Amino acid sequence: MMSLPRSEFPLLAASPRLVYLDSAATTQKPRVVLDAIRDFYENDNANPHRGAYELSVRATRRYHDARARVAAFLGVRDSDCLIFTRGTTESLNLVASSWGRANVGAGDEIVVTAAEHHANFVPWQQLALERTARLRICELEADGSIDLDRLRTLLGSRTRVVAFPYVSNVLGTIAPVREIVDLAHGVGAIAVCDGAQAAPHLSVCVDDLGVDFFAASGHKMLGPTGIGVLVGRRYLLDAMPPFMTGGDMIEFVEDDHSTWNRLPHKFEAGTPNAAGAVGLAAAADLLQRIGMDAVRTHERGLVNAAYQRLAAIEGVRIYGPAPEHRSGVLSFNVGDVHPHDLATILDSYHVCIRAGHHCAQPLMRRLGVSATARASFYVYNDDADVDALVNGVMAAREMFSRVGA
Amino acid sequence: MSAPDDQARVPNAQDARRANIAALYQELILDHYRRPRNRGNLEHPDISLRKKNPLCGDVIDLQLQFDGDTLRDVRFTGEGCAISQASASMLTQRLKGRTRAEAAEILDRFTRMVHGEEGAADESLGDLRALSGVARLPVRHPCALLAWDILAEALVSRP
Repeated sequence: MMSLPRSEFPLLAASPRLVYLDSAATTQKPRVVLDAIRDFYENDNANPHRGAYELSVRATRRYHDARARVAAFLGVRDSDCLIFTRGTTESLNLVASSWGRANVGAGDEIVVTAAEHHANFVPWQQLALERTARLRICELEADGSIDLDRLRTLLGSRTRVVAFPYVSNVLGTIAPVREIVDLAHGVGAIAVCDGAQAAPHLSVCVDDLGVDFFAASGHKMLGPTGIGVLVGRRYLLDAMPPFMTGGDMIEFVEDDHSTWNRLPHKFEAGTPNAAGAVGLAAAADLLQRIGMDAVRTHERGLVNAAYQRLAAIEGVRIYGPAPEHRSGVLSFNVGDVHPHDLATILDSYHVCIRAGHHCAQPLMRRLGVSATARASFYVYNDDADVDALVNGVMAAREMFSRVGA
Repeated sequence: MSAPDDQARVPNAQDARRANIAALYQELILDHYRRPRNRGNLEHPDISLRKKNPLCGDVIDLQLQFDGDTLRDVRFTGEGCAISQASASMLTQRLKGRTRAEAAEILDRFTRMVHGEEGAADESLGDLRALSGVARLPVRHPCALLAWDILAEALVSRP
């Protein structure tokens, strides 16, 4: 059972014994993505939007075509409202900085959840400090889910923003996005969705979700690093001041003032990452061909098997919801084996997992741990990878059990 | 791909790595992790410093008490991985009763051993040599050195 064979991924093909279980951090790259990037540089490379010559026109066309394909993949009809950024972190900083400074004032309230990745927490925390606004944190239920009644009690007439992760990068919990959006809109707040762990793993239609802003990263969905997206509502983007200024994003530059280019260019200062966009579009096309429902089914099978087998090992504690309510992420601990020791031992079995706080320190505090081990699955993983994970965990447990507590 | 027992018989880079890991997580290290020596607080420490490894959350509090030029007592508290905690425990054991100059020498040797310097480890390091396998794991260097970074600061801070 495999959505995409390892042979499609040059790195995995070159290391047949490598068990890569850190796709929530970044994914391996399929040949079609690498080929698309190479093809762009070899055949169409020039600075988009600049030259009057045909080569630049071709580069511009490929960059725009990439935007249209990524927009189609994410269910965004108005592709001008899809801004290319460096990734989710930049996208969310753009919203907090540009929309936030223009719309959040003293005494206003910003609501985030305890499940937030630092990228959807720190920008809001800093905005709140700067504006003397109040940051309110929605605590999670015992299984890591967001409870709507609890969230409702935090919302009021001063709420300007409700920021939340579609999928938790630690627990894999899937948020009830539409319901959260309705609650936010009910009090006149905007809804900002961190989609970094959703876009690669779920069938996402941003327009249907009703969110005001949606952020995602290319490198977590088979694309290259350094490219990601921010999708925003047109009336919000139009009204916002620019995030960065410089080339491409301007219309006219007078000595004493400037005017801004139209969307999406207003938010894409400087020479764009055209090759990155082309690579991301190739990744989106590939995922569309596989079908996101097939991706989800594939991951569910793996995460379910890993969950059952790890849970059966004495001393293993798994954080978050039952496997049927999570994406392809498993955070766990093994007795008093520290996650960093576990990761080091697993590495000697060619198994790559993440160990640490996963850029989610507020959540770690609430789980009462300083770190967890995390295995995350994607299209190239198979049952043999689950076997290797389970064997490695048992070996680590055995290694530590030689000395009694 | 060769059969599993072929792989076990033919030494390769992967086997060496696994052997290194098995040597690192030997009983001595795990014993210091599970039964840390000199764990706790001093009543009147001359120096008490805390360091944290922000990457993984390892934390060590190291307390030193001098008697003239001699380290009369060394204690620590903290939490984190086996390597950081065992390293701290072994540090306290090795440094108790040493002069400042001796402590500085051990610190220097241990640091060089962790960084993989040939010949840095000698008898003066005693059990600490059990941590030599960390040299081949650059991401774990900060774990092994956490307590020692505090010691370095402590030795500098006291005139």
